[in-house]
Amino acid sequence: MIEVKDVYKKFGTQEVLKGISCQFETGKNNLIIGKSGSGKTVLLKCIVGLLTPTSGHVFFDNDDYVVMDIEAKNRIRRELGMLFQGGALFDSLTVEENVRFPLDMFTNMPISDKKDRVNEVLKRVNLVNANLKFPSQLSGGMQKRTGIARAIVLNPKYLFCDEPNSGLDPQTSIVIDELIMEITEEYQITTITNTHDMNSVIANGDKIIFLHQGEKHWEGNKISLFESENPELNDFIFASEFLREARDSRVIKMKAKQEKG
Amino acid sequence: MAEYIHETGGPLFHIGRYMLMIRRCFTKPERAIMYWKETMRQMVNIGVGSVIIILLISFFIGAVSAVQFAYNLGGSMVPMYFVGLIVKESMILELAPTISGLILAGKVGSNLASELGTMRLTEQIDALEIMGINTFSYLVGPKIAAAVIMVPILVVIAAATGIYGGMLAGEFTGYVSSEDYMQGILMGFVQKNINVMLIKSAVFGFLLTSISCYQGFYASGSALEIGKASTRAVVLSSVMVLVADFVLAWLLLN
Repeated sequence: MIEVKDVYKKFGTQEVLKGISCQFETGKNNLIIGKSGSGKTVLLKCIVGLLTPTSGHVFFDNDDYVVMDIEAKNRIRRELGMLFQGGALFDSLTVEENVRFPLDMFTNMPISDKKDRVNEVLKRVNLVNANLKFPSQLSGGMQKRTGIARAIVLNPKYLFCDEPNSGLDPQTSIVIDELIMEITEEYQITTITNTHDMNSVIANGDKIIFLHQGEKHWEGNKISLFESENPELNDFIFASEFLREARDSRVIKMKAKQEKG
Repeated sequence: MAEYIHETGGPLFHIGRYMLMIRRCFTKPERAIMYWKETMRQMVNIGVGSVIIILLISFFIGAVSAVQFAYNLGGSMVPMYFVGLIVKESMILELAPTISGLILAGKVGSNLASELGTMRLTEQIDALEIMGINTFSYLVGPKIAAAVIMVPILVVIAAATGIYGGMLAGEFTGYVSSEDYMQGILMGFVQKNINVMLIKSAVFGFLLTSISCYQGFYASGSALEIGKASTRAVVLSSVMVLVADFVLAWLLLN
């Protein structure tokens, strides 16, 4: 489990995070949602240690990551996997070398075992016959899958996904979302996904944290989302006429069900 | 440049951050074999990748030097074999290390700054940091080590090519015969001059890679910044090569 306690982050005089506290549960896909500029990426970067909070604490299974020395941090980092918005694949390496990179760096496995493990995770993310391709030869969806394969190759305890659907068509987005959900449940890892894709939120939000102007405005799940009376959340989630109609029909159905029950 | 310093902090801020980067470059590697492989790759990029341009430019520098010295000595009492001696000494002490340093500041410096800048903007450096890798020692350390080893080798090649170019030019223009030129080359051998050349080139290699890596590593913002970082890398590396040239000449030849 990951716990964030009273995290503030300032850049100069600009306060981007204002006392965020929340818990992210194991085996669930925890979503951080909010408008652009609401502080989602900064919060994610504070959790993974790419930014240091101005004040506050981040606990990985009760160990305070913020005050750890660099060696202890590196130990935790080897249990993290991260899928970046643009994939962040190493341009000069093939798909196979990209996925094998953490194994080369941190394990003493024989080369044949490494190859087996790479093929196993590539198969898991449905990416076969792409081992020798370079990132520039892959589609957006394939790059994301390679990113996921690299993130899970060391069997991480925590998986972070920064806008996994950005730049993808709706169908590929669903495939990537389902893959993240399956991996989270299969490996029982703590997944934190930063998104503003509404399909993703409505379909996969086991736990949802809504940020607005650097503050946590709402916390719940995909079911309670429809009953929320938080005006900022409603403006954000149900921004289009189509989604407002979908919410209203769902609420009507739920009320009818309750009345019947 | 003034705008850059104003936007990102004063010169002291950059000097401090540069020093911290250098310190973190030389820490214990997570896995030595990976660093060794990366150093070999960089030696090929920096060294082998620059041989052609170094050969071409040093050949013509030596040729032009021979022709101009011969022209200046023409009609004087000084024998023409001195052309060989002067070209040899000037190539070894000054032209080979400094011209090579400036060429490499342009070629290698812009390449390193744009490579690291692109890695920064496409989050590849963040990906390495999240894995728990010391990005300074993995990305910058091997580049500096490769340059400190390969630049002196390139400079030796440049000096030899320049001296040979001078001989061919002297023969081709008829100013000085090959025999006279060879006599000049064989006159006197000062080991100290060779040492100064090697020390200078190792220092230039260190400066041009570390400054270029610094510019690329801390690039931020849009793709436009990669171009700006490359330009700053070339300008700063070239200036620092010239400053170091003066300081080393002063310290080592005193």
